[in-house]
Amino acid sequence: MIAKELPKRFGKFGGQFVPETLMNALTELEREFIKTKEDAEFQEAYKYYVKEYSGRPTPLYYAENLTKKLGGGKIYLKREDLNHTGAHKINNVIGQVLLARRMGKKRIVAETGAGQHGVATATICAMFDLQCEVYMGQEDIERQALNVFKMELLGAKVNSVTSGTGTLKDATNEAIRDWVANVEDTFYVIGSVVGPHPYPTMVRDFQRIIGDEVKEQILAVEGRLPDYLVACVGGGSNAMGLFYPFIEDKEVAIYGVEAAGLGVDTDKHAATITKGTMGVIHGMMTYLLQDDNGQITPVHSISAGLDYPGIGPEHAYFHEIGRVHYEGVTDQEAVEAFQYLTKVEGIIPALESSHAIAYLMKMAANTSKEDIIVVNLSGRGDKDIHTIRKVLGGKEDEE
Amino acid sequence: MKSRITKKFEILKEKKQKALITYITAGDPDLGSTQQLVLEMERAGADIIELGIPYSDPLADGPVVQRASQRALAAGADIDAIFQLVEDIRKETEIPLVFLVYFNCVFKYGFEKFLNLCQDKGIDGLIIPDLPLEERRELKEMMKNYPVDLIPLVAPTSEERIKEIVADASGFIYCVSSMGVTGKRDKFEVDLGKFINQVKTYTDVPAALGFGISSPEMIGKLKNLCDGLIVGSAIIEKIEEGLEDQTSKDKVFNFVKKLDEAKNIA
Repeated sequence: MIAKELPKRFGKFGGQFVPETLMNALTELEREFIKTKEDAEFQEAYKYYVKEYSGRPTPLYYAENLTKKLGGGKIYLKREDLNHTGAHKINNVIGQVLLARRMGKKRIVAETGAGQHGVATATICAMFDLQCEVYMGQEDIERQALNVFKMELLGAKVNSVTSGTGTLKDATNEAIRDWVANVEDTFYVIGSVVGPHPYPTMVRDFQRIIGDEVKEQILAVEGRLPDYLVACVGGGSNAMGLFYPFIEDKEVAIYGVEAAGLGVDTDKHAATITKGTMGVIHGMMTYLLQDDNGQITPVHSISAGLDYPGIGPEHAYFHEIGRVHYEGVTDQEAVEAFQYLTKVEGIIPALESSHAIAYLMKMAANTSKEDIIVVNLSGRGDKDIHTIRKVLGGKEDEE
Repeated sequence: MKSRITKKFEILKEKKQKALITYITAGDPDLGSTQQLVLEMERAGADIIELGIPYSDPLADGPVVQRASQRALAAGADIDAIFQLVEDIRKETEIPLVFLVYFNCVFKYGFEKFLNLCQDKGIDGLIIPDLPLEERRELKEMMKNYPVDLIPLVAPTSEERIKEIVADASGFIYCVSSMGVTGKRDKFEVDLGKFINQVKTYTDVPAALGFGISSPEMIGKLKNLCDGLIVGSAIIEKIEEGLEDQTSKDKVFNFVKKLDEAKNIA
């Protein structure tokens, strides 16, 4: 027998702080999600599409050059960048859209920051011939014009969000508002381990394939578990996907890397755990960046995917119990890491993932040669070339 | 002791009248205007005033209230300033005053500090649009010690949840008349008569309809279904129309007067 319902909270974090209109929809979603766990057909379909459509399992690549240069433990990169559409986001989208189909929903809405989740959602909707609308902040639409065009080619409607700060948090508000208005026929595919219960649990379970694979792969080549895991954290889905299967393995030290923007002592960062306080955003109790009145404060990161004032509630919990260490990396450090990995390994990482690489560059020297470090390379950097070019003072593309 | 809200509904019931509940955002376009607007709306016939505490992320609100929120925040309407405003308003009127406030504002400010100020300054009820049944226990428990009603929201999708949501409610029940966020719409897709009857099965507390009610005509059509009618975005649009030539006050007065007349026609 499986549980009739899942825990709504991770310690004191999580919950369902949403308008009453959505409550029955969330209960139904939870019920259907629980059923999929025992539904062999559903599980087979998920496995089929992540393998045949997205290319899983992704390699666990031994980064020999990086290991030698940094002079510490052996570094392995989990190549989520090699997924179809270029990031880990598709793992979750495949799971949620299969669930939407199972529930008979014809219309999909999603929010997106960098555009990766939006592209992944538009892609899967194209394949399954579902109507798709993506909400994206005005500022992000400008930063990630190429992804907007991709989504449109894939047949999705991209709605520009100008409310609030015009970034990911506002796009999320707008997607939730759409869902409230169209809850009967619409499925909201949320892109990270955030939002009201059951989303953080559901997204975690669709992303844990990352960590499950890593465990199998590292045992095959090294015969033991890694000593360190490193992943970047915005909402935190790639990190949760990697970390979760290792949470009970106490010998594995786990590091989540937040966006410190221009520095955590400035007002331009997105270091939610380092600087945030408890509160509610997007239906969940978690740490967030806010003022004394509970107004959500503007955040900054060079990476649109980490530019988020909250964090998944289970991350908040792992911080609270001391299981995961959360550290900050600045824009500048991330840009340096971006170039470094590109030159040393011939792999162009997403700016989000570059935060994890930057932390690796700081920590590796303090590890011993016998140590094993696994870094989640959550996405590829094609979408960020324009940003990097600008930062490095190159000529901007002709508009 | 009965709250101002309960007393107001009792008086209206005796007169066989419905309550007109009008919403504006506190501090839109500035705090001084809000005080005047409250008094004008009362003079025009409003029975209960809902004051929105402006929020950076108003999930349940449509574009009109979002704009009001942004104007108010830009004008510096923080929680302390709004309580000062309430104190000033209370010097002038005994009309029931209800806050519409998002949960994070109350949570971050501190439940006790917030409730103490509600009590001291004369706020009669709280509507928290993102605090469903499952999450309200702690606050509701605490509010038992305060003369402040926690006004629950029920939605057309609530169905079997209604019974528990309205159990030991006080003030009134906020019946969300349509799916989606606040703001005008042309028609209601929900069978509102059936919906209100469901609510009435489980409680004697007055039921007020809101979300999308925007004209005297709509009030005319809906008034016999419920005990109160809530109008928000349509009033804020009147404020907006008068921003440039500073006629908001008159425009709001005239509009609320029409709403009141529609409500009182037999």
